[in-house]
Amino acid sequence: MSSSLPMPTASAQPLPSAEEALRLYRSMQLIRTFEDQVRNLSSGGVIPGLVHLCAGQEAVAVGVCDLLGVDDMIASNHRGHGHCLAKGADVARMMAEIMGRRTGYGLGRGGTLHIFDAAHGNLGTTGIVGGGIPLAAGAALSAKRNGRQQVAVAFFGDGALNQGLLFEVMNMAAIWRLPVLFVCENNGFGEFTAIEDVTAGPNPIARGLAFGIPSETVDGMDVLAVRAAAQRALERARDGGGPTFLICNTYRYGGHHVGDKQEYKDDADAKAWRQKDPIERLGRRLRESGFTTDEMIAALKLDIDKEVRAAIDLAKAAPLPTADDLEAHLHA
Amino acid sequence: MPSTRTATYRAAVLEALSGEMRLDDSVILMGEDIGAAGGVFKQTDGLFAQFGADRVIDTPISESGAFGIAVGAAMTGQRPIFEVMFGDFITLIMDQLVNQAAKISYMSASQFKVPLVVRVAVGVGGNLGPQHSQSLHAWSAHIPGLKVVMPSTPADAKGLMAAAIRDDGPVVFFEDRMLYNLRDAVPNGDYVVPIGSAEVKRLGRDVSIIATGRMVHTALAAAELLAKEEISAEVIDPRSLVPLDVDTLVASVKKTSRAIVLDGGYRQYGITGEIAATVTEHAFDWLDAPVIRIGGADVPIPFSASLEPLVLPDAQRLARDTAALVRGLR
Repeated sequence: MSSSLPMPTASAQPLPSAEEALRLYRSMQLIRTFEDQVRNLSSGGVIPGLVHLCAGQEAVAVGVCDLLGVDDMIASNHRGHGHCLAKGADVARMMAEIMGRRTGYGLGRGGTLHIFDAAHGNLGTTGIVGGGIPLAAGAALSAKRNGRQQVAVAFFGDGALNQGLLFEVMNMAAIWRLPVLFVCENNGFGEFTAIEDVTAGPNPIARGLAFGIPSETVDGMDVLAVRAAAQRALERARDGGGPTFLICNTYRYGGHHVGDKQEYKDDADAKAWRQKDPIERLGRRLRESGFTTDEMIAALKLDIDKEVRAAIDLAKAAPLPTADDLEAHLHA
Repeated sequence: MPSTRTATYRAAVLEALSGEMRLDDSVILMGEDIGAAGGVFKQTDGLFAQFGADRVIDTPISESGAFGIAVGAAMTGQRPIFEVMFGDFITLIMDQLVNQAAKISYMSASQFKVPLVVRVAVGVGGNLGPQHSQSLHAWSAHIPGLKVVMPSTPADAKGLMAAAIRDDGPVVFFEDRMLYNLRDAVPNGDYVVPIGSAEVKRLGRDVSIIATGRMVHTALAAAELLAKEEISAEVIDPRSLVPLDVDTLVASVKKTSRAIVLDGGYRQYGITGEIAATVTEHAFDWLDAPVIRIGGADVPIPFSASLEPLVLPDAQRLARDTAALVRGLR
């Protein structure tokens, strides 16, 4: 079926410094390359199980995480590789976890759906839709208690817009003025079902407004727009102003998981969204402004490609967990 | 031996809470009406005045979300004690408990720990009906990654609460609300009962009665009745369901050669079956008879005053069943 999501328009956001803009570009390209490789490895049977890729949605993870310090916390969802990488995860350790290797973040026992990275403030990807939302709010409760002006971010998809848990947590975040950002990546589909088919009301942004939470709809294909909205939200949170709800409209280039035939998608719709590709879009701006050249971008892509391939090689060479690891860390 | 005083079960838990809160600023309480109201059972009475709204946090009636927030707080430096007002409501936090709290240490390879206590008031009594009377501790005991304790006396309640708060993982603390007014000796000052240690509450020769929570008192009363019939019953309280102190249970059964397991939760697929099977596996050659299981009736707990007392076994019935076991009549 055809998605009736509003199409993003050309970015009106001013470019940040060359250094910052190139950092955003590199971070998005790293995610794209990583996801392309994971898709190949999954299709080829090197990665067991189901993987959920975020290609197309890079601007949201990068636009928000670019402004976070290592002390700020994020809670991710099932489509979380981008969040992990944008928050600073080690590419090789992440790839090892996704491939089920002992050198992964959870000794290869969690896989793609359970990537935790405490050193970079990542409370984990999760297999329960909406499951990370209260964890982020709990981190915000800790932040409020310790007074260090930390902020927590919950990333979730439009599927979680219909989880009651979200509304319980929004309510508490509002009454307790928790420094938390609720970032909805609205890619138009919850699994195989279009958001319009399962979501009541004219606009889901009302779900944040109902709790008195400042709420904003953002062009999720524009990293600069996401970053600007996140900036406003983070300042509010750090100043004691409590939570913010962002709905970032974006698009999932792939299926719900690798192997999903995506018969529910409209080809013209998919094509139109790809024309708004967040990496291409920022790349154009960078070239137009003289911050970079085609050659520099080609070199950057090559560099990232090498980094991801090195991570894959490392993971492939790494040992699998052994029977000794079966029960380890069950109790703290 | 520390000095003791006589106190209620309720006061003993409160003493552990306030003691641990004084020792460690990261210990916080979360729950419904636990603040200025002091808890529906007065089980947090005075803590709000002592520690303030920052540490004694009244939540909306949103168990799932509030408990999820407690899990996130535990991952980031707090030691929350989360109250589930009636044990029946533990079903409302099950996703966060089973899919998050229990697994995070394992999934993250200890990058994150979840040092929290879930405080759950269970028990049949007071005609509260089918949704306010259940004892669902077997649900928690089934999930790897959770520790489960069920103190029967004021002293154990104090000592196990202190141990639960100091534990670096999630501990589910089941207290029978019908024990809140029970008075007994409580050690003064710092007192910790290690999680995973059973206690022989009464020594005996002829049969081991393994009983949990409030059923320990039923077992002790039955042992008194049996003594009049010259049957010497040993009463053992596991105190912790997970981890289970198998050695203490098995040692008792090897000595007596007979065992009855008694628990206030449902019998079907329950605590009694797990303990009976464990004891049988370890002491089969010492047993003179199959291990008997006695649980709550496998029905929704009825409201009516004529039916509610039929749900849990009383001391007379337990004594009768035990005597029959010892005399080889069953």
